[in-house]
Amino acid sequence: MTTAISSSGLTKRFRGGQLAVDHIDLHVPSGSVYGFLGPNGSGKTTTIRMLLGLAFPTSGRAEVLGVPMPDGASRMLHRVGSLVEGPAFYPFLSGRDNLARYDAADRTADPATMPARITEALDRVGLLSAARKRYRHYSLGMKQRLAIAASLMRPRELIILDEPTNGLDPQGTREVRALVRQIAADGTTVFVSSHLLAEVEQVCTHVGVMRTGRLVFQGPLAELRRTGAARVIVQTADADGAVKVFASLGLTDAQAGPDEASAVLGDAEPERVCAELVHAGIGVRGFSVAAPSLEDLFVGLTGEGFDVDG
Amino acid sequence: MSTAERTGDPGGSSPPRGAEGVWGERFPPKSRGGLGGIVPPEITEQGASGGDRSPRGITAWLRLLRAELRLVFLRKRNMLLLAVTVVFPVVIGIALRVAAPHPQGGGNGPGVAFFNQLAGNGVFLAFIALSTLLILVLPVVVAVVAGDSVAGEAGYGTLRYLLAVPAGRTRLLAVKFAVIVLFALCATVIVSAVSLAVGAGLFPVGPVTLLSGSTVPLAEGLLRLLFVTLYVAAAMAALGAIGLAVSTLTEHAIGAIAAIMILVVTSEVVDNVPQLAAIGPYLPTHWWLSFDSILRAPVDTSSLLKGLLSFGVYAVLFGSFAWARFTSADVTS
Repeated sequence: MTTAISSSGLTKRFRGGQLAVDHIDLHVPSGSVYGFLGPNGSGKTTTIRMLLGLAFPTSGRAEVLGVPMPDGASRMLHRVGSLVEGPAFYPFLSGRDNLARYDAADRTADPATMPARITEALDRVGLLSAARKRYRHYSLGMKQRLAIAASLMRPRELIILDEPTNGLDPQGTREVRALVRQIAADGTTVFVSSHLLAEVEQVCTHVGVMRTGRLVFQGPLAELRRTGAARVIVQTADADGAVKVFASLGLTDAQAGPDEASAVLGDAEPERVCAELVHAGIGVRGFSVAAPSLEDLFVGLTGEGFDVDG
Repeated sequence: MSTAERTGDPGGSSPPRGAEGVWGERFPPKSRGGLGGIVPPEITEQGASGGDRSPRGITAWLRLLRAELRLVFLRKRNMLLLAVTVVFPVVIGIALRVAAPHPQGGGNGPGVAFFNQLAGNGVFLAFIALSTLLILVLPVVVAVVAGDSVAGEAGYGTLRYLLAVPAGRTRLLAVKFAVIVLFALCATVIVSAVSLAVGAGLFPVGPVTLLSGSTVPLAEGLLRLLFVTLYVAAAMAALGAIGLAVSTLTEHAIGAIAAIMILVVTSEVVDNVPQLAAIGPYLPTHWWLSFDSILRAPVDTSSLLKGLLSFGVYAVLFGSFAWARFTSADVTS
């Protein structure tokens, strides 16, 4: 199997008529770390709910680990670990008892190995010392980690983490990132959603970007990077002269500022641009090539600020 | 849609290796995937093939049932409810012992008849307690557990995780209903047992004089009490099915519990309006107190059977509604 998650025309319209997910075609390669990005309210969680069989699609199909959803939910989901829209446990039970409760609901889990599995899962997220503490008294970060522990109770082929760093401090965010790396290193496919690109870009191999219910980009992270056009930027007193040189080299979108000129680099070699500038007698104080940051690309795809035309 | 083209590189770019940060450092690379070592691979494979081979399937059912029972019965709030069913018979017994019952008429319900008998036989405290608690206390006990069953999980958000485990919607609902029925049975048995003990301690015990006037040996009286208890438990199980259905409609357990109680009280009130006598037999609470016919000789089986039929119909009707709703609704909590 080469595809962990695939969907075609997956659509969810809420009863109120609002189109939450609009014909998305997901393709999550097995073994990838897939960052599912988009602002809050762009349909990420609704998509995840459909992938887990919690919500029923209005139209379209989805397959998880090669099994159609939601019909195959009960025979396949035990191969999938998940964290959906924040942790949820019984406040009056301890962390260990909470994990035992979920494990008891899994008809494929072996009760004999449960204590060992719980211990290992708790250890993996650093909660072993708080195992006997009631969930009620857990801090936000501990709750989040317990939810991740629950998804690690069984060997999984796919882990779906919905906003795993929500509400975590920078240290906690770093820990989650490290854990995602570690899970991925085991060969598990990780599907992680976030509204912040910066939180996942270090660990992702692939990204999908959602905007108001539609998937506006999907592919390897490197491909997203390539879509950003690099610009050549020259610091010079003779900006107009530099623009002329750019034009002669065929660079597009040339702009002249007070002490600076820039243009889209395109296929031109930066070395040659620099040489031509010097050759033309332009006094070059500084020369650089800058690609837009992923964050800029991401914001460009998802729109800035609130977007409520859904 | 401007979805970028997929590259022919599925999973080709391997995820970044090497863990940094606190958790990463805790685990040397060789221990990774250790979880896989604990669970024998055949379990995963068996599950993957969707095989629910019967012995294993039944074990898994029992395991979920046990976990559910532990969750419900060990919960402080529910233990408090059961404590209430212990306290009430004790209080009623002491009150009746201290202030001797007034046998004069004024009503003709089974309760009044029971009061007249109590002075002569402590066994009747069980019937008094059951018919008294059946008006409000037992329905509250059942309503709390049934109303909380699905709505409570939805409220905590644990429902989505149970379904993602996956517990299976039908399986989870069936186990929930089984626990409601067992809890109702438990509460009813506690009322009977405690009031029997209290009655034996405070009043004379001997051959039981039935409501119809004839006297039966104590053993037969106790057997009849057992049937009364089971009948009341059946009535509460039917209420539990109604409660389960209500519980699938909301994620606010309190709302579900209140709705069930409003339903019970409304039914009881309507049942007591003479002008509405025509619809009386179809109300969910109408047959609850019909157990008094077990205490007559000969036993009037027709009203008992009608009662059991009513409970059965209500259980099937609302159980089906709960199933249809629960297996088709989006879980949005």
